[in-house]
Amino acid sequence: MILLWGSNAREAHPIFFHHLLVGVDRGARLYCVDPRRTSSAKFADLWLGIDVGSDIALANAIGREIIHAGLANRAFIEHSTTGFDAYAEAVEPYTLEHAAALTGVPAAAIREVAHAYALAEKAQILWTLGITEHHNAVDNVLALCNLALLTGHVGRWGSGLVPLRGQNNVQGGGDMGALPNKLPGFADVADPAARARFEAVYGVPLNPEPGLHLTLMFDAMERGELRGLYVIGENPADSEADVRHARELLAGLDVLVVQDLFLTRTGELADVVLPASAAWAESDGTVTSSERRVQRVRAAVPPPGDARDDLRIIGELARRLGYDWGEPTAEQLWDELRSLSPLHGGMSYERLEAEGGLQWPCPTLDHPGSPFLHGWLWEPDLGGRQPAPFSVVHHAGPAEQLSEEFPLRLTTGRALDSYNTGVQSGAYDSPIRTGDALDVSPADARRLGLADGERVRVSSPRGSVEMRIRLQPDLPPGLTFTTFHFPELVDTNVLTNDAWDRKSGTAEFKAAAIRIDKLTAQVAGQ
Amino acid sequence: MSDLHLSDDAPTPGERAAVDAVVGPFGPTVVRETERLVRSGRVRRDERRHLLLPALHALQHESGWISPGGLNHVCDVLQVPPAEAYGVATFYELFRTTPPEHDGPTTHVCVDAACRIHPAFADTVAELRASGAHVREAPCLGLCDRAPGVFVQGVRSPDHVPSDDQPFALPQAGDPSLRLLRRVGVVDPTSLDSYLAHGGFRAFAVAREQGAEAVLDAVTRSGLSGRGGAAFPTGVKWRAVRDAPGDRKHLVANCDESEPGTFKDRTVLEHDPFALIEAMCIAALATGATDGWIYLRGEYPQAAARLASAIEQCRDAGYLGDGALGDGFDIELRRGAGAYVCGEETALFASIEGYRGEPRSKPPFPTTHGLFGQPTAVNNPETLLNVLPILLDGVDAYRSVGTEQSPGTRLWCLSGRVARPGVYEAPFGVTLGELLALAGGVTGQLQAVLLGGAAGSFVGPDALDLPLTLEDARAAGVTLGSGVVMAFDASVDLTDVVVRIAEFFRDESCGQCVPCRVGTVRQYEALVQLRERRVLTPTRRQLLDDLAAVMGNASICGLGHTAASAVRSALRLGLIGKETAA
Repeated sequence: MILLWGSNAREAHPIFFHHLLVGVDRGARLYCVDPRRTSSAKFADLWLGIDVGSDIALANAIGREIIHAGLANRAFIEHSTTGFDAYAEAVEPYTLEHAAALTGVPAAAIREVAHAYALAEKAQILWTLGITEHHNAVDNVLALCNLALLTGHVGRWGSGLVPLRGQNNVQGGGDMGALPNKLPGFADVADPAARARFEAVYGVPLNPEPGLHLTLMFDAMERGELRGLYVIGENPADSEADVRHARELLAGLDVLVVQDLFLTRTGELADVVLPASAAWAESDGTVTSSERRVQRVRAAVPPPGDARDDLRIIGELARRLGYDWGEPTAEQLWDELRSLSPLHGGMSYERLEAEGGLQWPCPTLDHPGSPFLHGWLWEPDLGGRQPAPFSVVHHAGPAEQLSEEFPLRLTTGRALDSYNTGVQSGAYDSPIRTGDALDVSPADARRLGLADGERVRVSSPRGSVEMRIRLQPDLPPGLTFTTFHFPELVDTNVLTNDAWDRKSGTAEFKAAAIRIDKLTAQVAGQ
Repeated sequence: MSDLHLSDDAPTPGERAAVDAVVGPFGPTVVRETERLVRSGRVRRDERRHLLLPALHALQHESGWISPGGLNHVCDVLQVPPAEAYGVATFYELFRTTPPEHDGPTTHVCVDAACRIHPAFADTVAELRASGAHVREAPCLGLCDRAPGVFVQGVRSPDHVPSDDQPFALPQAGDPSLRLLRRVGVVDPTSLDSYLAHGGFRAFAVAREQGAEAVLDAVTRSGLSGRGGAAFPTGVKWRAVRDAPGDRKHLVANCDESEPGTFKDRTVLEHDPFALIEAMCIAALATGATDGWIYLRGEYPQAAARLASAIEQCRDAGYLGDGALGDGFDIELRRGAGAYVCGEETALFASIEGYRGEPRSKPPFPTTHGLFGQPTAVNNPETLLNVLPILLDGVDAYRSVGTEQSPGTRLWCLSGRVARPGVYEAPFGVTLGELLALAGGVTGQLQAVLLGGAAGSFVGPDALDLPLTLEDARAAGVTLGSGVVMAFDASVDLTDVVVRIAEFFRDESCGQCVPCRVGTVRQYEALVQLRERRVLTPTRRQLLDDLAAVMGNASICGLGHTAASAVRSALRLGLIGKETAA
C-alpha cells in the first residue's frame, strides 16, 4: 500500500514515479492525498481532495480510527515507542465526522484509508512539499510519523516514511553539514567534543554558535545584521515567497557573491559572479540520494570557458583569504570526511564503485551499509537507543485565512517539463509546456464570469500579478493553482505567503489567499 | 491510468448510450463520488479492460464505424489510451475506422474455396450489387454447406444470415447411431425445457454425483482429444488446470470457428446450444474453473442469440451463477469481430482481455498462464460435447467405436462438389471415400479433396481408402484439422483456389512475427505469378519452399506454421504448377 501525500511525483519526480508504477503494476494499492487531483492522483485507487493545510486533521483522524478499530500494532508500540497514551488522548477529538468537516473529504473515505494503511502487509507514506511548504511543516511530518509508529510500518522492507528529495543530492548537502546547526555527519556544532574532533583535523577553531537558515537570513538582512551573502546554486531572487521583498533585501546587501551554472536573476543582482561547473558531468565526487545511498559521479568533460569546479573555486577563495589548502582531489576530501563522520567511515571510493553505491550508516569497511535507517526499532534492545516518541500535534490550518477580500485559495507546485524557477529548464523547448497560467475550476470561472485563457489580475495581500487563467476540471471549486517556473512571465511568488515554520525554516508556498479580478472590468472602472 | 490525451471529438448521444449500456453493469473506471473523492486506479482499469471489445462492437453497431468521438468516449470510460484502443479496432475485419460511404448494413460475401467454386457464386454477387447492397468480400463465413455464404452486418439493426431463414434439416436426421448430433434438429434450441425433456443435464448430474476426480479419470480413459485441430489429450489438459495453483481459473469454449471449410460448431451451437453449456458445467467441475467464457466468432448471429438465451435460461434455472443446481460457475458470452488468428488460443485470450488478438509465446502454457494470466482450459465446443456421452454411456461404450488411438466419433464438414454438403457424424476410421458417399458422392470427376481446411492439405483421388484417424492421417502426412472435407471435381481451377488460400493467410496474419507477416505476402505474390503465367520457375519453387521452412520454424503460432501447408501439398501432388521446369 502506497500513501502518496502532498506529492505530485508524476510530474515533480517522474523517474521515481516510474518505479512507483512498477509497484502499482505488481499489485500495490495507491492512495493519494492532495488538494488537487494531480496527474499522480489519477493513478490512485482513491484520491482524497483535502482542504489545503488540513493534513494534520486527516492524519490524526486516521490515527484515531486505527486505534478505535483495534488495528494499532500494540506489540510494536509497547516495544519501540513512547508517548502513545498522550497521542491517543490528543487524537480523540478527531472523529471521522470532525475530520470530514475540517478536511472536506467524506468520513467513509478517511475510514477506508485508515483501514487500508493499518491492514496492509507493507505500507509506505511518501510525501514532498505539500507537507513541508507550510507554516507548520514539522508538525505535518510528525503527524505522518505517528501513523507509522502506530502500525509499525517503518524500518522494515517495503514499509517506511519516504520524503522525496527535490534534487539528486539534497540529502548529501545535509549530510555534509550544509545545515546551520550541524557539522558533517550530523555532529552538533554546540557539542564541544564533536567540535574538538573537527578542529583537530581542520586545524582551526570552529564557531560554536549555530548559523542561520535561509528564512532567518532574510530576517537578518531585514534587520541589517546580515550584510554579505555567498549564494551557491540557489536563486532566491525568484524562488522566495513574497519575492518582491526578497529582491529588495538582496539588492540592499553590501556584497552579494553568486556561484552558479547560469546567470540567474540573483546573479544579475550580484557584485561578483563565479561561474561553476555542472556536478553531473564536469566534476568528480559523490551524491547522496533520498534513500541515503552515496554514489560516485565523475567528470566527463572539463567545464567550459571560465567556469571552474566548485572545489577549485572554494579552494582559491580560501587561498585569497589566507589559507592554502593546495589542490586536494575529491577523493582526498572524501577520505577526510570519512575520518570525521562515522556514518560514512566504511565508504571508500573503491567500495562505492565496486558496489554501485552504499547506504549510510556504513561505519566500517566491512559494514554492508544500512537499507533501513530505522531498522533498530525492530531489534530486541532497540540497538541501545531510546524508543521512538509519538508527537502530539494539532490541526492549525493555513496561516492565511480566506476572507471576503481574498476568497480563493492559491496553492503552488511544479509541472513535469519545468524545474523550479526555470533556470535549468527554461532554455529547452517542450512540446507539452503550456506556459504559466492560473488553474481555476470551471465552477469558479463561471461564477466570476471568466473564460478559458482570459488574462486576469490575481491579487494576494502582498501584491498582484497579471496572468492567464486555464480551466481545470479536476480542480475542486475554491482552489486555484499555478507554478513558479516562469518568473520572467509571471512573478508567482509575489503572491505567496512568507509565513514560515520556526522548526524547519520553510515558508508556506502552498497556501495563500487570493482574489481574481477581470482586467476589462478594472479598465472600465478607472 | 491517467495521462490520456483525448481529441475534442465528441460521441453522438446514440454512441454514448450504446457504450454505456455495455459498460454500465461494471461501472466506469473513474468514479467521482464527490468533487473531493475520486475512485480510479490500475485495478479498476485492469478489471474493465475486457469490456473494450464489446464496447467497440456497440460503436460499430450504432454508427457503422468506430468514430473518433465514439472511440474517445470508450477510452474515457475505460481509461484506455486512444492509440491502443484504435490499434484494437483496426485489428478486426468487422470494425471500420473510416466513415461508411453508405447508410445501413454491409453485406459480406464469402470468397473462400467452397463459395467461390459454387456455380451460383458470380450470380449471387451480381444480384446483391444490383440490389444496391453494400457488398464486401469476406473470408470464410462458415456457411460452406449453404454456399455462396452471405452475412449481413447491421447498423442499428440485428446482424443477419439470410440462409438462416431457410428451414434447417440435418442430413443424417433420424440416424440412431448419432452421439454429438443426437438432438440437433430434434430439440427446440430456444427452450431449456425442451433440452431437459431430451435428456439434458443428466450428464451433469452424473458428474456432480461422481465428483471431479471420477470425471477427470473418465475423460482421460476415454482417450478424448481436442477437435479444434491440435488433437491434444483433453484429460491431460484438464488435469493440468486442476493441479495449477490459483483461486481463479477459466474455462473457455473456443467457438471462434474460422478455419475455411469449417461449420460444424455453428451447426451444433445453433441447434443444441444447451449441450455446450452442460458440457462446460462438467468441465468446470472437473478443472475447478470458476469463470466460463464462450468466445464466438462475430459472423454467427443466430448462434449468438441462442447461446445468450440459453445462458440466461440456465442462470434462471439455477445451473449457472449462484443458483442451487450449479457450483457457482457462470458463463460470459463474447463475440469476436472477424479475425482468424483469434482461434489460436492465446490470441483468443488477448482478444477477450481487450488487446489486439496477437498470439503469445508458449510456454508458459494456458493451463497455468492463460486468460488474464490465470490457469485456463480452452476447448473446442465439439471436444466439450463428447464429455456428455462419455459420462452418460460410460467409457467402454464411448470407445466402442473409432480406433484404439482415435476413439469415438467426429463431426465432418462436407462441402464443395458433393451432392449433400453438411455436417456429418462418423466414427474415426471411416474412410474418405465412405464419407464422400455419405454426402451423396462427388458431383463430377474427383480432382482433389482438401482435408483440414486452409491450414490442412490436399489429397488426390488415390486417398479415398485412407481411414480418417489421427494415426493414419499422421502417417500419410496430412491432418484432419477441424474436420474439413472439401471436394473439388475436375472442373475446378485449383490454382485459383490455392491463390485464394495464400491470400487468406496474407490477410489473416496478425503481423507480429516477421516470417509470417512477410512470408505470407511473398507466398501470395509467387502464386499470383503462377496463376498469371501458368509456370512456376525453379527459383520461385525454391522461394516457396524457403518461405514454408522459415514460417514453420520461426513463427510463434499455428497460423505461420501452417500457412504453407495446403500450398505445398498442392504443389507436391501436381495439382498446381504442373508446367514446372524440372
